[in-house]
Amino acid sequence: MAKFILARLMKAALILVCIAILNFLLIQAAPGDPAQVMAGEAGETDAVFLQQLRERFGLDQPLYVQLGRYLGTILQFDLGYSYRQQVPVADLIFERLPATLLLSLSAFVISLGLGTLAGVLASARQGRWQDSVISTIALIFYATPLFWLALMAVLLFSVQLGWLPAFGYETVGADHTGLRRMEDIAAHLVLPAMTLGLFFMAVYARMTRASMLEVSRLDFVKTAQAKGLRPALIQRRHVLRNALLPVVTLAGLQAGQLVGGAVLIETVFAWPGIGRLMFDALTQRDYNLLLGVFLVSAAMVLLFNLITDILYRLVDPRIRVTA
Amino acid sequence: MMEFWNRFRQNRGAVVGLLILLLIVVLAAAAPLLYPKSPWSMVQRPFLAPFAMDAFPLGTDPMGRDVASAVAHGARVSLLVGLVSTVVSMLIGVPIGAIAGYFGGRIDDALMRFTELFQTVPSFALAVVLVAIFQPSLYSIVIAIALVSWPPVARLLRSEVMALRSREFVEAAILSGQRARTIILRQILPNTLSAIIVMASMMVAAAILIESSLSFLGLGDPNVMSWGYVIGAGRTVIRQAWWVSFFPGLAILLTVLALNLIGEGLNDAMNPRLKRRGK
Amino acid sequence: MKHETIAKPVVEIERLSVALPDGADRPYAVDRVSFRIAPGQLLCVVGESGSGKSMSANALMGLLPEGVRVSNGRILLDGTDLLTQSEDALHDIRGRRVAMIFQEPMTALNPLMKVSAQIEEVFEAHGLLTPAERRAKALSLLEEVGLPDPPRAAASFPFQLSGGQRQRVMIAMALALEPQVLIADEPTTALDVTTQAQILRLIARLQRDRNMAVMFITHDFGVVAEIADYVAVMQLGRVVEEGTVEQVLFNPQHDYTRKLIAAIPKMQAGMRAPVTSAPILTVEGLTKTYRQGGGLFSRPREVHAVQDVSFSLAKGETLGIVGESGSGKSSVGRCLVRLQDPDGGRVLLDGQDMATLRGEELRRVRRRMQMIFQDPYGSLNPRERVGRIIASGPIAYGEDPAKAMAEAADLLEMVGLKRDAAHRFPHEFSGGQRQRIGIARALALKPGIIIADEAVSALDVSIQAQVLDLLQSLKRDLGLSLIFITHDLRVAAQICDRVMVMQKGRVVELGSGAEIFDAPRHPYTRSLIDAIPGRAHEARMI
Repeated sequence: MAKFILARLMKAALILVCIAILNFLLIQAAPGDPAQVMAGEAGETDAVFLQQLRERFGLDQPLYVQLGRYLGTILQFDLGYSYRQQVPVADLIFERLPATLLLSLSAFVISLGLGTLAGVLASARQGRWQDSVISTIALIFYATPLFWLALMAVLLFSVQLGWLPAFGYETVGADHTGLRRMEDIAAHLVLPAMTLGLFFMAVYARMTRASMLEVSRLDFVKTAQAKGLRPALIQRRHVLRNALLPVVTLAGLQAGQLVGGAVLIETVFAWPGIGRLMFDALTQRDYNLLLGVFLVSAAMVLLFNLITDILYRLVDPRIRVTA
Repeated sequence: MMEFWNRFRQNRGAVVGLLILLLIVVLAAAAPLLYPKSPWSMVQRPFLAPFAMDAFPLGTDPMGRDVASAVAHGARVSLLVGLVSTVVSMLIGVPIGAIAGYFGGRIDDALMRFTELFQTVPSFALAVVLVAIFQPSLYSIVIAIALVSWPPVARLLRSEVMALRSREFVEAAILSGQRARTIILRQILPNTLSAIIVMASMMVAAAILIESSLSFLGLGDPNVMSWGYVIGAGRTVIRQAWWVSFFPGLAILLTVLALNLIGEGLNDAMNPRLKRRGK
Repeated sequence: MKHETIAKPVVEIERLSVALPDGADRPYAVDRVSFRIAPGQLLCVVGESGSGKSMSANALMGLLPEGVRVSNGRILLDGTDLLTQSEDALHDIRGRRVAMIFQEPMTALNPLMKVSAQIEEVFEAHGLLTPAERRAKALSLLEEVGLPDPPRAAASFPFQLSGGQRQRVMIAMALALEPQVLIADEPTTALDVTTQAQILRLIARLQRDRNMAVMFITHDFGVVAEIADYVAVMQLGRVVEEGTVEQVLFNPQHDYTRKLIAAIPKMQAGMRAPVTSAPILTVEGLTKTYRQGGGLFSRPREVHAVQDVSFSLAKGETLGIVGESGSGKSSVGRCLVRLQDPDGGRVLLDGQDMATLRGEELRRVRRRMQMIFQDPYGSLNPRERVGRIIASGPIAYGEDPAKAMAEAADLLEMVGLKRDAAHRFPHEFSGGQRQRIGIARALALKPGIIIADEAVSALDVSIQAQVLDLLQSLKRDLGLSLIFITHDLRVAAQICDRVMVMQKGRVVELGSGAEIFDAPRHPYTRSLIDAIPGRAHEARMI
């Protein structure tokens, strides 16, 4: 197992380097010269400042030297400087990271939990009304644009019903502490986490349903029936466990999309995470910040993939023993 | 062909999807006739509620633009971007997947590592970065969507081709002296067609979602009206004018839903053995 | 042969009909079928594919596939009609009073559960014993079915066991609650012949020890001769003949039964004159090693599929390569035509070494050696018309397409199909017809050598005989040399001039058909021949 984790870590590191190179190339590819990109296009264009930037970052050096320098700085967790906000990019990101982690992990738990549950239920009641209802709802949420769903949720639950706060991480100026503060944050979390979770819930529900139905046609299910096992036990012990394998794989792949979804959700709910930071970077044309967020989110996804890979090995003995 | 249509028809959802899609295609095609004025032009006072005036059934936005006109013109962009970016990602994904699956070994390793790299990068974030860096335009949007959506195509093709590659009819073709190119084009790809078509219909849907998300974030082509842009424009005034965001969003939902329903219908009709029971 | 018991039957099936869903090729899978089995008795239900034999077994178990239902008749277990029982009552009966084992041991066990847990589950399902007792019982059952190292098997996952071992686990599971009735649905069909012999012995022994009634489904009359007390022959959903083994096998009355028994290849190598013409193909020291897995930290596992195999093939000769799965017999064939690249050795075709050719040169030489494949469904491209399938070889070598298509139609006639078959798609043909198309394709390039890899193994026995006849007459008429790869020694005995026996990648014996089958020298060859079911009774079958 340790060997496996080590191998996977090395692979992840390699991919991260590739993404960093991609990042570097994107800075180069951006219109205008990189110094301008770094300075922020609309902002400081005075020649002296640009020249300073060029010298400081060796922008007049050959490309491969620049690349080496760039990778070197990343290794020291230095993602450059946001001239727009006058703060190092890394500081901005790490300050916002916990909010995003809270949001995406909540959404992940909601979607995986409720999604698989709905899928199992639908497959158990296949062809009956419960299945139709679940399948239809899943189909609709699967087709709903996240950001629109978020807006509609605000409209309904905040504006119309007034049940939940419409935006932010906590009530500004309330200065709650301890348990009160956690309650306050939780209230703010409900809408963003639910809307982000709903889309993926639909994905998991559809996947689980299809997978359950497929597994229940396999031979070993017939063996279980021939043993005289009750249907409920067959479903739980034989079908569900096998059906969850592809769902685990999917969960790994979905991590990347969760980060993308966070950009939209955080924008709508003014949630102070790195998604919102990305949106701010967009509107302010702060490319340094934009690419920094991109790199960090890619690293997050890699970490998540690693976790699901390990999980998969724990669930499936065939891979655990043979690989 | 007839047989295929009969099987497709049995799936009620798929037929409904096809009808919805036809309606949207007609709307898109007729947009210049129905709303000859630019959707960007101010036609009435701002914040006109829907159904308040017969001429503007979906109301106006904060700049006095006709929401109905925006929805009609937006359909053109959504369908165009969805279709073209799917074609482009197929053009990338199909050859990569087919070559990796057919030749295997080191070629497969190299191509799959490459694919994996693209698949681990958070796709929407990459699309955002690409469009932002290369400036928003229809071209950059299509390219960005294609670049983030081809990996699943390549993986699907690879697994299909690998499975077919070891089938005896392909081995027979090798023995009968056919060359790799002929075998891939004549023996293998025709057998992957149904999988490709099903995937394509779902991908158009996904591409439409990405496009609308990009324009919602302000990364749409500034010269064309799109659904995502209107929703984005309505975001800050959601309390005063819900309809500005509501109707374009509904349009996206219906289009994507229709495409997904059609995809499922195609899947059932093309793989009759796997047809889901019940219903 | 066991004595007929006159005990009261435990299973009585009376005029059972099983209806197929609308649109199937016939209305009833099982049509007014009756039979009875007494304790300690073994009933073999024999038939070709589609005869309804498995459906009757599933009906007895109450596990019919979706859309298929019993439309008429009674299934009595100890006098109670199972068809009137509640689903709850059936749960109690399944596993406890009636148990079942299946054909595919590879897929019949849950891949994620340890073997022991899957056996313990049977007790759990019926609320019996404590967990500790269940574990102990599972272990003793594994021992009873003859698994080597039962504690280790108990702690294994199914994928760590071989096919035969898995089938033993299935049997252990079925026996757990000492059922009165055991249903075995082709339980040895997926197994190698020596493993099959062991499993058959095991089932016979357990049946005797426990006085069970056994319903044994098979397509193989050899198996029937080996273990049955009673036989029922089914055709298209009906029982056409039934009786004791004596009656049915050695004195069949119904035409269909006679036809089936006559079609079984006989285990006698005809006295053939040795083929003395010059060798057309010489293979020297052929070697192939597969490497599996292996990554950054792990060494790849090596499997020696083919080790130092040498033989020659004379013009006009039929050479059989026989062996069990994993013997490397298929790898030899694939290395010859270079579907796989050998790691070492020479393949001399008319003096030219084919093992090292590449690209265009290989392509040019390879047309002289063509192959017929095993799977009649997988070996034809479903999206190409039959004519094109046959003609694409010549076209690839530059033949004029119109002429190639005309020749394809000629070939279709030659293999016993109509000329207009060329315009149809493969799915319009039956398994045997498809195999004929495959033969036509192999002939299209006018090869000197044809390699048939398990070419008749997937066919029913009556079709098998027809295809073998066709192959032999074509070989004679066209002066072909044939390499016939098979696991079925009967088939090899029937058509091969010389036979090469392989085990674990090596040749253990090579000689004329008579030498191999009548006077085998190597112990492995002998064990293979001894394991052939029904061999002792063969002489008495017509």
